[in-house]
Amino acid sequence: MNSNNNPYSSRRYIIVGIIVVVAIIYIIQLFSLQILNPKYREFADSNAFYNRTLYPSRGSIYDRNGKMLVYNQPTYDVMMTVREMGKFDTLDFCETLNINMATYHRLEADMKDKKKNRGYTSYTPQLFMSQLDVEAYGVLQEKLYKFPGIYIQSRTERQYNYPNMGLLLGYIAEVDQRKMDEDPYYKRGDYVGKSGIELSHEKDLRGEKGVEVLLRDARGRIQGKYQNGEHDRSAVSGKDLKLGIDIDLQAYGEYLMQNKIGSIVMIEPKTGEILCMVAAPSYDPAILTGKDFSTNYLQLVRNPYKPLINRAIAGNYPPGSTFKPSQGLVFLQEGIIKEDTRFSCYHGYPPLGGRPACHGHASPLSLQYALATSCNSFFSYGLNYMLNNRQKYSNTAEAFEVWKNYMVAMGFGYKLGVDLPSESRGFIPNSKFYTKVLGRQNWNAHNIISIAIGQGEVLTTPLQIANFAALIANRGYFYAPHVVQEIKGGQLDTIYTNRRESGIDRGYYELTVNGMADAVTSGTCRGTYLGPELTVCGKTGTAENPHGDDHSLFMGFAPKDDPQVAIVVVVENGRFGATNAVPIGKLMFEKFFYGEVLPGDQYLEDMIANRVILPNVYIKNSRPKPIIRKDSISQNSDSTKVIAIN
Amino acid sequence: MYQANNEKIEKGSIDWISVGFYLLFIIMGWFSIYAASFDLDNATSIFDLSGRAGKQLIWMGASLIVAFAIMKIDTSFYETYALLFYSIGILLLLITLVIAPDINGSRSWFVLGPIRFQPAEFMKFLIALALSRIFNMFNFKLMTTKNLLLVSTVILFPALIVIMQSETGTALVYLSFILVLYREGLPGVILFIGLAAIALFVMGVKFSADLMGMFSLGEFINMILIILFIVVLIWAYVRRWRTAVYVLGLSGSIFLAAFLTSLFGIKVDYSLVALIALISVIFYVIYLFLRYRLRDYLWILLFALFSIAFTESIEFAFNDVLQPHQQMRIKVALGMEEDLQGSGYHVGQSKIAIGSGGLSGKGYLNGTQTKLKYVPEQDTDFIFCTIGEEFGFIGSSVIVILFLIFIIHLATIAERQTTIFGRVYGYGVVSVFAFHLLVNIGMVIGLVPVIGIPLPLFSYGGSSLLGFTIMLFIFLRIDQTRRRL
Repeated sequence: MNSNNNPYSSRRYIIVGIIVVVAIIYIIQLFSLQILNPKYREFADSNAFYNRTLYPSRGSIYDRNGKMLVYNQPTYDVMMTVREMGKFDTLDFCETLNINMATYHRLEADMKDKKKNRGYTSYTPQLFMSQLDVEAYGVLQEKLYKFPGIYIQSRTERQYNYPNMGLLLGYIAEVDQRKMDEDPYYKRGDYVGKSGIELSHEKDLRGEKGVEVLLRDARGRIQGKYQNGEHDRSAVSGKDLKLGIDIDLQAYGEYLMQNKIGSIVMIEPKTGEILCMVAAPSYDPAILTGKDFSTNYLQLVRNPYKPLINRAIAGNYPPGSTFKPSQGLVFLQEGIIKEDTRFSCYHGYPPLGGRPACHGHASPLSLQYALATSCNSFFSYGLNYMLNNRQKYSNTAEAFEVWKNYMVAMGFGYKLGVDLPSESRGFIPNSKFYTKVLGRQNWNAHNIISIAIGQGEVLTTPLQIANFAALIANRGYFYAPHVVQEIKGGQLDTIYTNRRESGIDRGYYELTVNGMADAVTSGTCRGTYLGPELTVCGKTGTAENPHGDDHSLFMGFAPKDDPQVAIVVVVENGRFGATNAVPIGKLMFEKFFYGEVLPGDQYLEDMIANRVILPNVYIKNSRPKPIIRKDSISQNSDSTKVIAIN
Repeated sequence: MYQANNEKIEKGSIDWISVGFYLLFIIMGWFSIYAASFDLDNATSIFDLSGRAGKQLIWMGASLIVAFAIMKIDTSFYETYALLFYSIGILLLLITLVIAPDINGSRSWFVLGPIRFQPAEFMKFLIALALSRIFNMFNFKLMTTKNLLLVSTVILFPALIVIMQSETGTALVYLSFILVLYREGLPGVILFIGLAAIALFVMGVKFSADLMGMFSLGEFINMILIILFIVVLIWAYVRRWRTAVYVLGLSGSIFLAAFLTSLFGIKVDYSLVALIALISVIFYVIYLFLRYRLRDYLWILLFALFSIAFTESIEFAFNDVLQPHQQMRIKVALGMEEDLQGSGYHVGQSKIAIGSGGLSGKGYLNGTQTKLKYVPEQDTDFIFCTIGEEFGFIGSSVIVILFLIFIIHLATIAERQTTIFGRVYGYGVVSVFAFHLLVNIGMVIGLVPVIGIPLPLFSYGGSSLLGFTIMLFIFLRIDQTRRRL
């Protein structure tokens, strides 16, 4: 204990110092690992917890009479956990799955590609191949012991009982990256509604996925439930939907519309429920399920008649003469005309030298007769007097805004809010629009006179016209049209149960209804006359089409005093309303009221069903071009362009 | 300082603080082993003798009996027979080398019927005893050629045999006795050279791939390090702080000139600047030697030149001398590779396990990573993971601090020894415990390459536990019977 014995005594401080410094570095490292770096926790969870997703069954869809339209059938996905895969006979595996080696490598690369599959880890089962057919499933199940790391996950696939209303029902497909980014509920391999009811009622139909938290050891063996399933959540099945659609009516409408382009929409005026919504051309919903999805989808995309567009809600047409009742109602309400106000017509509108032109009928004439005979001159006078009425309005623009507001109240110019995606709003111009387009402040009624007869700038969707028919049938109110009548265990959106008023007196509607009844008994829609006991009210329309034959329109409802159904028929290039739309309207009425076509009209049914009205289209190079998966909205805008020019 | 305290300690009594630490560690180790080998499916009792914890319990009992026995044997017994024990140890190592079966690539197990142990574990305290005995010789001076050779042989010969048994980790443990030598008069410059070599090696390897002008970034850093080493050596050994400042100023001004040049838009290769600075410094040292004729300057010059040669040969040594798996382990430890599938798997999983513990951990027996066997060797070399995962930052840093206190306490005991024998043995114990602790935990938290050595008193294993127990209790026995002043 002295300097002799212990000359280097002070070195103990250096020795201890080195150990202390290293220990401090270690504690700092521990701090950084355990406190500063949350990623280790996530790593650990993804290591140890295997969240097995429990898929709920998607809701089924029924028609208004309880007939099942859409249901589910089991299908099988092949899952692969790369880390657990030992060496196995890849060739045998491919044969079992009915794929070749190239496909195997492509699927494997797709699965491992973090850009395409962001959730990829080699520790968890990843979707390798979806929708194994039942035979391949059976074989694979037997051989599964040979393929370590391969699992089969069963889920369900949509099945359809009827080959109809593909556009309306929509389809489901694997969720895309954008949807996953928007809503973290969705994971790769999930199926999601892409169009139609499947999309608009996605949240009702899909249910809620459940999860089973399992513990998994380093070799991927499941070691049982984590904390006895305390963290598990069982799947909640999707809700079933009952539609307002009558599938027989729908199927019949599609039959009549075959080889034609256009729409039929029928609405129950008392509720706003859509009884049928035919958009032609359409497709069998079953073709967009299963393994042939991509092939068939490509076919539909390339089809020049654009069968993926639901024209009933996304097609924009000039309403033509079906617009006239709305004009009469506005003029009456605003006091521009009275029940017995008569205007003259000399094969056209006299102040503009017979433009717009009209056909031969008695003159001068009152509103009721003008509706029955669909006089262009009468409504042109009406609009002219309204816009130039300086006692009521200080200028044209103000008068025009009043006009526009009535149109909007009657359901034109904005989306009605139908429970389907890609609804178009149509177009009702306002005064600013004309100021801009005509390039001057002092435009007048004569500049825009054609909107009074549903031509010119006005555009409507078939659904809006059908809704307008329901509005007249109800004498002044409507419910926003909707396809889903009831969500089992859910609540319908209040916009479908709140009555919307048009702000026009009921009495004026009676006058309009009389005019439309006259049109059927003695006017332009004699083709829909169904006898004295079933009074049909109707209005034809012929929408001018600068690119080909005019579009044929019919709007109506029946019976007159207790309306059960309102209808619109649009046949593109079908020329006069009476030529195609009216007979189709008549047949649809018969089907609706009698369940079948009257024996005397069999010839009519055959004639209409066999009629082909398709414009010639230039088939472009059909070589595949890169398909940009458009979402419903851009598809909609696309259709707007095409049809607006037609 | 210690002398004053010594008088107050109860004379002839056992150092109960150390015994307390020992019992605390083996009991915590026992619980950790139970947690680490806990099987979720069929959890067995901690006392189940077929389980790892049960077996460890037997070893703990055996260790306590051995410890008790050691405390009953006279100290002179160890001193007298130190070299004999050492020779027997060497003999066992050699026999093992011949007869050992291959167990997981290691040929270190001595198997004789039901007895199975690793002589290399017991060699640790045998070397410590032998060193103590040698240093305790009358008027022993370390810094003579003969004695240095003797001491080096005592350490390096068993190390060589153990390396041949493929237990490189244990061989490194023997090298930790260099701390004992340092404490007993090995020039600090040797320790300094050792640390300098490690620093140059680490920098040279870690930054060998990044290019910087005509040299790699590693070479650039090393040139600057060599300049700094020269400054430190002049300061510490020649004791001319003014000269040291001149050297610093010389190289600094060269860099400053280069920086000013670069302001005029001339592209400057700083690695070339570093080379110029280094050469200037070397010439300055040559000038100093010629002027003052001090031999220290010659040594510094030699050190500088060897360092440069060392730097240049690092890449060769790394790529051509080391085995690929060793290269990989070093790269993983230096953070150059995040190889989670291969060599990095151990460390990656152990960092995940520890990191997932968070502040206070998942709770005893609730760790998922260790329970589900993601961490390899989890009840032996990687047992610290279980603690890190289940007791979090609080638990794991408490263990590190407890160990640190324990080691400092052992150093304190070593310092209060009245015999050189006792002190040298004490520092042997300190070196071995400290090396095990620092390398084991450093490895588990990813700061040190993976070297398979256990955490003292925690890791599962009879040889290891018995080895540490004997080593510690011989020391406590020596302490108990030390001559009081």
